[in-house]
Amino acid sequence: MTTVSAERLAQVFVEVADTMIDEFDLIDFLHMLTDRTSTLVDAAAVGLLLADQRGQLEFLAASDENTKLLELFQVQNSEGPCLDAFRTGTPVVNADLAEAAGRWPRFAPRATAAGFRSVHAFPLRLRSQVIGALNVFGSQPGPSLDDADVPIVQALADIAAIGLLQERAIRRGELLTEQLQGALNSRIVIEQAKGVIAQARGVSVDEAFTLIRDYSRAGNHRISNVARAILTDPAQLSELVNP
Amino acid sequence: MMDDLAARTKALIARQPAGPHVETSIVGFLQRLCAAATRALAVSGAGVTLMAEDGVRGLVTASDPATERIEDVQFVLGEGPCIDAFEARRPVLVPDLADGALSRWPVYTPTIHDSGVRAVFAFPLQVGAGRLGVLDLFRTRPGPLTAEDLAQALVFADVAVGTLLDGQERAGAGAAADGLVEAMDSRAELFQAQGMVMVQLGVPLIAALARLRAYAYAENRPLAEVARDVVARRLRFDRDQP
Repeated sequence: MTTVSAERLAQVFVEVADTMIDEFDLIDFLHMLTDRTSTLVDAAAVGLLLADQRGQLEFLAASDENTKLLELFQVQNSEGPCLDAFRTGTPVVNADLAEAAGRWPRFAPRATAAGFRSVHAFPLRLRSQVIGALNVFGSQPGPSLDDADVPIVQALADIAAIGLLQERAIRRGELLTEQLQGALNSRIVIEQAKGVIAQARGVSVDEAFTLIRDYSRAGNHRISNVARAILTDPAQLSELVNP
Repeated sequence: MMDDLAARTKALIARQPAGPHVETSIVGFLQRLCAAATRALAVSGAGVTLMAEDGVRGLVTASDPATERIEDVQFVLGEGPCIDAFEARRPVLVPDLADGALSRWPVYTPTIHDSGVRAVFAFPLQVGAGRLGVLDLFRTRPGPLTAEDLAQALVFADVAVGTLLDGQERAGAGAAADGLVEAMDSRAELFQAQGMVMVQLGVPLIAALARLRAYAYAENRPLAEVARDVVARRLRFDRDQP
């Protein structure tokens, strides 16, 4: 059980507002948001999925990236709490994974095997549209979000949706498509960069992500820019690429 | 659902009559793709420009000679939505050239307006950091693409990418672009494998993508399965092997 501290919440909102005035990068923004959500509600992992133009839910960012977690996001294209929240526009709260095998026969056993006990999903709403879902995992038995937490996490999901339109010209519906497609491609670049680092340094793809993330944070670089440089100009990043 | 759209898109392309180019050539395929996109998306014309990583223009093809000239304009002038789409690695959608386009592309906008174009939609041909060019749709009346048209336009772009990667002997026959028609559970692995093979072979990303696809095709195995083996280090590509 957790109750979000008002002080921590205020800090997160200030940080979010800060990101939005700065030069904006969607992937970095969503990484930050999933990270903070995870800390706020003491979740084991938080991830964010967005629907692409084909209506497929695509993974964009998470508080933690490992192969098992990535698979849990990807399987929700066919079933899972995110797909439910996305389709119905209402949150899935405190679903007990031990009792969810009937509801999500593919998702629930995998989530349990990954060490999670409960799961939540909040729709990302933009005006009348649902454009994705925020996924929260708990690793303790029993409900991990209390009643007061639910509207707070939903508010964070709403912020994520607003973040999608955070460019100067908000007026155009086309911009959402442009942003989304750009972010989905950035996501692919990050996976490709994981592969480069994994191969070049002889580590797992999960370890490769940690190396890329730490390098980006240490130098205050955007993770998407670092990932792109790994693929297009690895010589420039010899300390990261070479063992 | 997605596979259906990809399959339907390929059927649309296959139904187009062959142009002056040899049926199996990449140029011939891209021309038919442009013609099919023009019909399916209710636009006036479609063009594909292949581009090198540094943005240098390569081959230009289009649904018809007039569109080919329009497609060419931005590269002559050095500005336009298509160049921006390539550089920003995301679509640039301009449903009405009368609305703000002039300040963004001061030379390009009046030039293609004179050719009768009122809306331009540019889609990068890319898989992550691997870039091949741009698919452009032109329309003589303003207005946005519908959600369905947008989804289909993205599939046309994916099919173009797949064909460009597979080369002319498999033009139109192979799968759509990497990841599109594969099992969704393994998408991340597919892209991770691309990065790994790039390092294993010491080649640019695009070449690594092509090699992975050629291997899957030759072995008659799903690309997702091949990628999984690469990431699990059960399969390694060698520089010496063709």
